Amino acid sequence: MRTAIRFVVAVMVTVLFLFPIYWLFTISFKTPDEIFSYPPVWWPSSFQLSNYTVLFRDGDVITIWNSLVVASVSTVAAMLIGTMCAYAIARFRTGGDHFSIWVLSQRMVPPIVVVFPIFLLYVKLGLVDTYLGLIILYTAFNLPYVVWMMRGYLQEIPREIEESALVDGCTRLQVFTKIVLPLARTGLFATAVFTFVFAWNEFLFALVLTRSAVTTFPVQLTHYFGGQSNFWAKISAMSVLGTVPIFLAVAFLQRYLVRGISLGAVKG
Amino acid sequence: MTQPNVHRHDRRFGYAMIAPAVAIILFIGLFPLIWTLLVSVQNISMIDEDTSFQGLLNYQRLMSDTRFWEALGHTLMFTAVALPLELILGLALALLFLEELPGRPVFVALLVLPTVISPIVAGAAWRLLFDNRFGPINQVISWMAGEPVTILWLNDPNFVYAAILIAEVWQWTPFMFLLLFASLTNVDPSLSEAARIDGAGFWRTLWSIILPVIRPVIVIALLIRGLDLFRIFDVIWALTKGGPGTRTETISIYAYVQGFQQFETSYTAAMAFVIIVILTVLVMAALKRVEIAR
Repeated sequence: MRTAIRFVVAVMVTVLFLFPIYWLFTISFKTPDEIFSYPPVWWPSSFQLSNYTVLFRDGDVITIWNSLVVASVSTVAAMLIGTMCAYAIARFRTGGDHFSIWVLSQRMVPPIVVVFPIFLLYVKLGLVDTYLGLIILYTAFNLPYVVWMMRGYLQEIPREIEESALVDGCTRLQVFTKIVLPLARTGLFATAVFTFVFAWNEFLFALVLTRSAVTTFPVQLTHYFGGQSNFWAKISAMSVLGTVPIFLAVAFLQRYLVRGISLGAVKG
Repeated sequence: MTQPNVHRHDRRFGYAMIAPAVAIILFIGLFPLIWTLLVSVQNISMIDEDTSFQGLLNYQRLMSDTRFWEALGHTLMFTAVALPLELILGLALALLFLEELPGRPVFVALLVLPTVISPIVAGAAWRLLFDNRFGPINQVISWMAGEPVTILWLNDPNFVYAAILIAEVWQWTPFMFLLLFASLTNVDPSLSEAARIDGAGFWRTLWSIILPVIRPVIVIALLIRGLDLFRIFDVIWALTKGGPGTRTETISIYAYVQGFQQFETSYTAAMAFVIIVILTVLVMAALKRVEIAR
């Protein structure tokens, strides 16, 4: 009996929490008449895709591509540089405790404080509205996360394996690339996916540092909000395109989700 | 654990490995800070490239800028309301799912979804839900009230805070839930079992046994969310852009407006520096009160 009540409550809570997502997704399939009808239509009459084809026809989907380029390249860069740093901290305690705390503290800096001077610097360097400019900033901003998470994963690798490889004549660099990285691959993968998601969802940096050439999809979304003429069809279709990849990533990563979003505080 | 013997060779290797990361973090951590401090004592704006030393002129202006203090007030208000709400609702959800339930992994996997989507997408979804003419929320309220109700959620000063808080709490309660749920399932069940045998009720067991055990996780979750709320920008930008008027402006939004719409370079720099100082003081105060588990 108690389980039955808990189950009903669980269903109700889940429906409540998923309803906004359901609403967003269904609007993307509605016809204009259905979107602007009162009372609102709770279930579209047919799943027509014209709201999506419009995005392709008008070229708006380029912003999804831009997000993909910026998020992937910055993820690879942050993983490379961050994992090297994390390995030194985990194995040699390079820089000591203060160094790793300092790295983590960089994650606390509010983006608005960082982006303002960076913007003025980018204007001078001609990096505004370029892939490179956004990639550098995303790499830098995700670096503390990568270092902190990978430090945790690398500490779990037994030292003895590395010691024996060293005895066998490997250099430190070879141990890192040939022994450590393959052993840490699940941690690498999980951390990379979260880094990608953070970059993919990021808004403020992209708002400031893009004009038209490399506009990312969250910035494009806000362009649709305007006065009375909200492009509801485009808002919903673009939101779905920007959300489905994230849902897929999370579905693959259930096991690492808790550790990933709690900065390693909960091992899950 | 014995401290391993770190050779000089290894030490050099270690420094080489951290060098790129240090260079990049200095680039976003140190350069902006120094630049902000320098420019904040000058007087650069769109009309004036005055780089002469102005002392604390911009800081004085900031002290008497009611719009800034209101923005700070809004920020602290959103934080003060949303943070406990997310914690309590997240804890309630975690307790709901603590005991075995048919389909539990599916529920957990679904409940996580709001937290992982872009805050701009979350804002877009709620914008459509709150729409006064075609949104389902007013429809449901009208249905419950039995008469047509039209609430201008995002324009009416009486409702706009509630609208933003609903969107914010909706998105981040699952975050709290997930962390608390994971740490609760790690708690040894024999602890609460023993308490129950000793006659402690549910609330007593929760308060005296379970919460102290997961306290470090609660502290970290509050810290992560608190820092996020202090710099809240995205969801409010998507919902109201700080409006109506400046009623939902937070410090991040006000700094954006001054820096990128009014082009008050030096003034924004002073504001940015004050934000860093306030943040540092708040974090120090928070860390003083709780010993972070490492």
